[in-house]
Amino acid sequence: MKFDTPAGINPIDKGRVVGIPHDRIDGAAKVTGTAPYAYERHDAAPNAAYGWIVGSAIATGRIAAMDLRAAESAPGVIGIVTHANAGKLGKGNMNTAPLLGGPQVDHYEQALALVIADTFENARAAAALVRIDYAAEDGKFDLAAERLNGVIPPEGFGGPADTKAGDFDTAFARAAVKVEQTYTTPDQSHAMMEPHATIAAWNGDKLTLWTSNQMIAWSVGEMAKTLGISKDNVRLVSPYIGGGFGAKLFLRADALLAALGAKQVGRPVKVAIARPQIPNNTTHRPATIQRIRLGADKDGVIDAIAHEVWSGDLPGGGAETAAQQTRLLYRGANRMTAHRLVTLNLPEGNAMRAPGEAVGLLALEVAMDELAEASGVDPVELRIRNDVQYDPEAGPQRPFSSRKLVECLRAGADRFGWAKRNPKPGQVRDGRWLVGMGMASAFRNNLVGKSGARIGVDAKGRIIVETDMTDIGTGSYTIIGQTAAEMLGVDLDQVTVRLGDSRFPVSAGSGGQWGANSSTAGVYAAAMALRAKLAEKAGYPADKAQFDDGLVKFGNQSQTLGALAGGEGIWAEDSMDYGDLDKRYAQATFGAHFCEVGVDMDTAEVRIRRMGGAFAAGRILNPKSARSQVIGAMTMGVGAALMEALDVDTRFGFFVNHDMAEYLVPVHADIPHQDVLFVDELDDKSSPMKAKGVGELGICGAGAAVANAIYNATGIRLRDYPLTIDKLLKAQAA
Amino acid sequence: MKPFTYERAASVEAAAKAAASVQGARFIAGGTNLLDLMKLQVETPAHLVDVNHLGLDRIEKTEEGGLRIGALVRNTDLAADQTVRRDYAVLSRALVAGASGQLRNKATTGGNLLQRTRCPYFYDTRMPCNKRKPGSGCGAMQGMSRSLAILGVSDACIAQHPSDMAVAMRLLDAQVDTVGADGAKRSVPIADFHLLPGDTPDRETVLKAGEMITSVTLPKPIGGTHVYRKVRDRASYAFALVSVAAIFGEDGTARFAFGGIGAKPWRVAAADAAAKQGAKAVAEAALAGARTTHHNEFKRPLVERTLASLYRQQEARA
Repeated sequence: MKFDTPAGINPIDKGRVVGIPHDRIDGAAKVTGTAPYAYERHDAAPNAAYGWIVGSAIATGRIAAMDLRAAESAPGVIGIVTHANAGKLGKGNMNTAPLLGGPQVDHYEQALALVIADTFENARAAAALVRIDYAAEDGKFDLAAERLNGVIPPEGFGGPADTKAGDFDTAFARAAVKVEQTYTTPDQSHAMMEPHATIAAWNGDKLTLWTSNQMIAWSVGEMAKTLGISKDNVRLVSPYIGGGFGAKLFLRADALLAALGAKQVGRPVKVAIARPQIPNNTTHRPATIQRIRLGADKDGVIDAIAHEVWSGDLPGGGAETAAQQTRLLYRGANRMTAHRLVTLNLPEGNAMRAPGEAVGLLALEVAMDELAEASGVDPVELRIRNDVQYDPEAGPQRPFSSRKLVECLRAGADRFGWAKRNPKPGQVRDGRWLVGMGMASAFRNNLVGKSGARIGVDAKGRIIVETDMTDIGTGSYTIIGQTAAEMLGVDLDQVTVRLGDSRFPVSAGSGGQWGANSSTAGVYAAAMALRAKLAEKAGYPADKAQFDDGLVKFGNQSQTLGALAGGEGIWAEDSMDYGDLDKRYAQATFGAHFCEVGVDMDTAEVRIRRMGGAFAAGRILNPKSARSQVIGAMTMGVGAALMEALDVDTRFGFFVNHDMAEYLVPVHADIPHQDVLFVDELDDKSSPMKAKGVGELGICGAGAAVANAIYNATGIRLRDYPLTIDKLLKAQAA
Repeated sequence: MKPFTYERAASVEAAAKAAASVQGARFIAGGTNLLDLMKLQVETPAHLVDVNHLGLDRIEKTEEGGLRIGALVRNTDLAADQTVRRDYAVLSRALVAGASGQLRNKATTGGNLLQRTRCPYFYDTRMPCNKRKPGSGCGAMQGMSRSLAILGVSDACIAQHPSDMAVAMRLLDAQVDTVGADGAKRSVPIADFHLLPGDTPDRETVLKAGEMITSVTLPKPIGGTHVYRKVRDRASYAFALVSVAAIFGEDGTARFAFGGIGAKPWRVAAADAAAKQGAKAVAEAALAGARTTHHNEFKRPLVERTLASLYRQQEARA
C-alpha cells in the first residue's frame, strides 16, 4: 500500500481500541520474569558455551604480539577468536570501526579476542590471561583542541551539513537585540538496563542469533556483509529488548563474536558485553560544541538565527546533527546552520535517543531564554511570537503537516502555573532552597519508513500479527495489537502479536521515534488486505463490509471471522510505503516543557521539584504507554542537564567512568511528579494512523527547561553541561 | 574473576587462623565490594574465608554504657536499631545516606570499614594505580580526579575513602575490636585504624594478616544534635562529593568528621576546637594541608558551604 495522499476517514478513526489507554500486553510476562531475553534463550540453544570479550587496553595503534597460550590452557577453555583466525571479515555499513579489531586498534576497549569456555567464570578468568603487547600510537581525544580542524561531514539522517536562507550576517549585524553564546554538551552513554547480548548457533551454513537488537533487517544485512554470507542464511530473533535508546540499532561485537565463536567451537556460544565494557566498546552520543547567534527586534521577533555545531568521531564516522531543530523551529528570514566533524580516536559515536535535537535543544532553548531576558519578553510569549507555520528555510510553499507548538505552550503554561513565575532571578526562597521555574520548547522531527506485516485470522476468530518490528520497552506489542483489533473489529485480547524475528515481514524497526507510527501503518496495510480477502470470501463488496464484534457485516447479513477463516485460516501480507508527503510538508512533533527546581543556597545541590509538559504528536495510539515514553524521556533530559557525562581522559583516550556507579543517571529520588498533557492532534499527512512519533519528543528540550529554571532560581547561567555543583560554585564565586 | 577456594569458618579464632595460613586469603562478609572487585580482578584472593555464620550479628550494651556492634551486623539493621537511632543518630543517618537499600541489606559493619576507594583508575586494571599495583604510578593525579581526596593524600595516591558509615564511626570515637591469627584480641581506636597512603597506598589499615574485625564499640552516648549531611551529584545512590557528620552540643561546642575529601574518614581536633567560631573557621581548620587538583578544588569551598548549611539549620533549631 502506498501512502501518497493525505488520509481520509478510515477504520482507525473509530477509536474503539486505538487511542484508548491499555496496559501493555507483554507486561505480565515481563514483570513475572517469564519473557525470555536474548542471553536466557537456553530453550532455543541448549548447551551454549560462554564467550568473554577481551577489549583493547590502548586507544590507537597496533597489536605487536598476542600470546594466547596461558588462556588456551586455562580450565574449560574451548576456543579463542582473534583477527588471526576469524577469517576475512567485512564491515557493516553502519559500523565505523571493525567490531573485531586487530592488528590495527581503532579505540579503547575495541574487541580484540573472544575467549570461549564451558562456563561463564572460566571464560572470564581465561580472558584475563590473554596477553597482548601493543605498539601504541598518538591519537586525538580532545574535541575543543581539535575544533578548528573540523570538516564538512557526510550527509546522514539529519540532511545536509550546512543550510542557509537570506543573509544572516547582515541581518544579525543590524539586529536590535542579540544573543551570541557557545554551549557544550558531553559524551553520553545510553545506559540501557539490558546489556548487548547474543546467543549464536550454526546449523550447517545457517546462522541463528538470539539477540537484543532494535533493527532486525538492518542487522541481518550487516551480519551477512560482515561474514560474507547470504542474508538468507542469517536469522535474527529479538522479541524482548531491555532498552536500547539507539545503542542497539546496529550489529555490535556481542553478535559478531558469538557467531564467530559458535563457528569455531561447533556449538552455540553466548556473549554479553559486560557493563564496564559498554561505554568504550559500543557507541555513545558524541560531545558537541555549539555556537548560537540570535538577532531579534526589540519585541523579541527573530530576524537572524544561526547555529553551528562541532562534534568528533573516528575516521569514517558521522556528526552529531545538533542544529537540526534550528532549521525548523523558529521564524527568521535570515538563517544558517552548519555542522563540522573533527577526527577523534575515542570510541565510536552514533545515535542516542533523539540524536541531534536532544543536545541541540540544550543549547538553542537556553539561547532563547537568554533572548527572552535580553528583549524583556516572557519566555513562553517569546516562543509564541516566533512560531512559524511553514519550513522557514523553504518558505510558505512547504507548510507543516500539523504544528501545534503554540497550543502546547499555552496549555502547558496554564497547567503548570507559569504565570506565578517571578521573571527576576534569585528572588524566591523556600527554606534553604532557592526556587526557580524554567521552560523550553520541545521539537523532534517525524520520520516515517516503509514497514510490513503479515496478519491472519484462525478458526476461532483470533487475529495473529507477525512483523519484525521490535519492542524496546516502548509498547510496540500493544499498539500493534490495538491496530489489528481496531481494523478487524475484535477486542485487544483476541489478538496475538509476534515481533522481532527476521522470518517475519520487514518493518521500520525501532529508532528515531519512527517505530510506532510506521509499524502500525504497516499493520494497517496488511489488515486492509485481510479485510478484502475476508469480504471476498463472505461474498460481500470489500468497500461496504463492516468489521465489528468479531463479525464481517454487510447490510443485515453477517458471518463470524472464525467461520470465514476455517481450519486453514486466512492470511494477508502487505507493507506501507511512502510517497513524497514528507517532502511537500515539513513533519515534526512539538511540545513545551516546564520545570521547577530548588537549588540549595549553600551547597548548590539542584533538586527538581516538579516537571510538566504538553505535547502534540498526532494521534496518541496508547496514551498509557505514550505517557511512559514521555516521562522516561523527560527523566533522561534531567540526566543530561544535571549529571550525565562520560569523562574523557585525553591522555589515554578513553571514557574513565565506564560503569553505573560512576556514570550517573537519575534515580527515583531525583524525579518528582511529572505531568504530561497530550494536545489533541491528528496528522493526516503522516500516515493512515494520523500518528507521529512520541518516543523521543520528551527528551527534546527537557534539559534546557531545567537549565533555565536553575538560572531563574539563582541568576547563574551555565552553558557547559552537565550543570554540576562544581560548576555552579565556580560561577557563583566569579 | 580468578578461581579461588572457599571455606566457611567454624569460629572466629579458626577464621583468623585460616586467613593467616593461606597466602592471599580474604574474609568475605556481605561481599558487596569484594565480589565486584574480584570480577574485575582488581582483587584476586586465592582463598575466601566466610565469616557470615559466626554469631557476630548482635548489638549489645557494654558495661561502660556504650554499644558493641557485631562486625556482621548489616547496615540496614544497624541503621534501624532503636538504640542507635536514639543515642547515635548520626550513625543511623550516615548509614541510610549510603549505597542502596539492597546493598545495605547485605553490607556489614566490619566490611564497610574495609570498603575500598571508588577511584576509577583503581577500578580499571589496564590503568596505572599505585594502590592496586604498587609502583605502577597514579592515573588519577593528572587525569579525572573530580571525586578524589584532597586531604591525607600523597604523591603516590589521591584515592578517597568512600564510606559514609566510617565517617560517623570516626565522629563517635568508635573502637575497632579484632582477633589476630594467634587468637590475641585488641581494640584499635578508629582514628588509628585507617592508614594514610604515603608511599604504600596498597596498605589501607593496621590489620595484620589474618586479623579479623569482630565488633565495633561505641563509647557511651554524648547527647547533642546529630546530623549527617551528604552532598552528591544525585539525590540517592551516589558517593559523597563532600559529607559532614556533626554533633552539636547545647553549649555551642560541636564535633565534626568529613567524608568524600579524605584518604580516610577525616577528623581533626582543631576543627572541633573552632566550633564556636562558625563554619568558616571550622572549614579552615579541617582543610589544613589540603592538596587539590584542577578537578576537585571545588571541594574546598564546598566543605565550608556544607558546614554553613549545618550551622544555619542548627541556628534555626535553637
